[in-house]
Amino acid sequence: MIWVNAIVQGLLLGGLYALFACGLSLMFGVMRIVNLAHGDMAVLAAFLVYSIIITTPIGVLGATLIVLPLFAVFGYLVQTGILSPALRTGPLSTLLATFGLSIVIQNALQQGYSADTRALDVGSLVSASLHITGQLSVAYLSLITFGLAIVVLVALQLFLSRTGTGRIMRATADDPEAATLSGANPRHVYGIATAIAFATVALAGLMFAMQSSFSPSIGPTRLIFAFEAVVIGGLGSLWGTLVGGMVLGLAQTIGAQVDPAFTLLAGHLIFLAVLAFRPQGLIAARRTA
Amino acid sequence: MNLLVVDQLTVRHGQLTAVNAVSLDVADGTTLAVIGANGAGKTTLLRAIAGTIMPAGGTVTYDGQNVTRVPAHRLAANGIRLVPEGRRLFPSLTVEENLLAGAYRRNVNSVIELFPWIGQRRRQSARSLSGGEQQAVAIGRALMGNPRLLLLDEISLGLSPVAVQGLYAALPDIRAAGTTVLLVEQDVSQALRVADRVLCLLEGRPVLTGSPAELTPEAIETAYFGLTRRAS
Repeated sequence: MIWVNAIVQGLLLGGLYALFACGLSLMFGVMRIVNLAHGDMAVLAAFLVYSIIITTPIGVLGATLIVLPLFAVFGYLVQTGILSPALRTGPLSTLLATFGLSIVIQNALQQGYSADTRALDVGSLVSASLHITGQLSVAYLSLITFGLAIVVLVALQLFLSRTGTGRIMRATADDPEAATLSGANPRHVYGIATAIAFATVALAGLMFAMQSSFSPSIGPTRLIFAFEAVVIGGLGSLWGTLVGGMVLGLAQTIGAQVDPAFTLLAGHLIFLAVLAFRPQGLIAARRTA
Repeated sequence: MNLLVVDQLTVRHGQLTAVNAVSLDVADGTTLAVIGANGAGKTTLLRAIAGTIMPAGGTVTYDGQNVTRVPAHRLAANGIRLVPEGRRLFPSLTVEENLLAGAYRRNVNSVIELFPWIGQRRRQSARSLSGGEQQAVAIGRALMGNPRLLLLDEISLGLSPVAVQGLYAALPDIRAAGTTVLLVEQDVSQALRVADRVLCLLEGRPVLTGSPAELTPEAIETAYFGLTRRAS
């Protein structure tokens, strides 16, 4: 029963990782941009919600509903203002630009909030759980996170495959110049992709913040989880990202069951094994983004 | 009335002047063929008109407006559609999605009328098509934008004679819809057959222009290869 518990918790944790990684996957799939500030965006969102709930009477849910669209707009502006110009001079420039963004966000947060560790207070929800059997119970928060991850991934998949904008996004990912000749403005398409990526990473950052504490410098550590989920699942595939997140989550919880010190190492080992033996990822080659 | 007027257009690739002070005009509803050997600047000329490369000098006037520095996506929205060299379909999209990408028309029926085989194969991935089929879809994709000016860049390149014939057979229908066509072609006889006027480029400069009827094969040969006749 202990192992069943580890597996269930691992799968649920995987949902959070997938939610966290899908924006990274989208930005890489559409623009070939590796966003090194991805983890810091998640942390920034957490601090914003933290500020809103301690300074105003607005609750966590209300603050989330304010911050998500704000991050979408922020994403569009970062893309059109910083990343698109950098993209014109090559992929290395975008790497440097996002690295710079990461440092700016970390230091600004440290300046504004000090290096203290914080947590988002979600009241009784943090410890409430659903008892399935005597030894197996799952936290509502984990279930909600997992449900949100599935909703976001399905919505993203439908957006890319069914809508005109999604179609143009895939076309632009294939061949930006040919898309331009069909009337698409790559700057705008890229802006939308980054807006979606930032909104999803903000949501993931908030779910993280409700379940564990955060500090201004934790972004890069979180970023590694997103990278690992994307690489394990296969670059550019949304379902791959979900599978990758779950494999990573499972490795961590099963590793923790063997020895708590083994938690993060188990995830990294799976990641290395995939890189060594199946570098195209578990769900390979069916590009969706 | 001239739909397109190009005046003294010059385009450079670094040190190389690919298009050197080229002037041309295309009357509404007519077809102009630009011929010339490899490296004559034909593709560069089309790309500069379509807005994917910025010229170093000269002007492009479309429908009475100076569009020299207008970006390609806006020109595409205003009815200038380029079928690029090498077809450039979106490989991860299906045939139908390729047609619908950036389309103003909501359905693909008009393209299926032109190329009936697309009807059965619309759900297929674009990368599974043969070269000639890909070229047809690339032309269809451009037509989906309801172009007033269609720019065709070497649609016969790398295709079998049968496939080329199939593509050129669609041209009269496209022209009958009132579309003005500017096509670039290495295959001179093909170009002479479909064009109202012909312009021959040599090393980036226009060397010969006229209607197919008034140009002699000798004159075209001389212009095409840049031969200078020895005084006899």
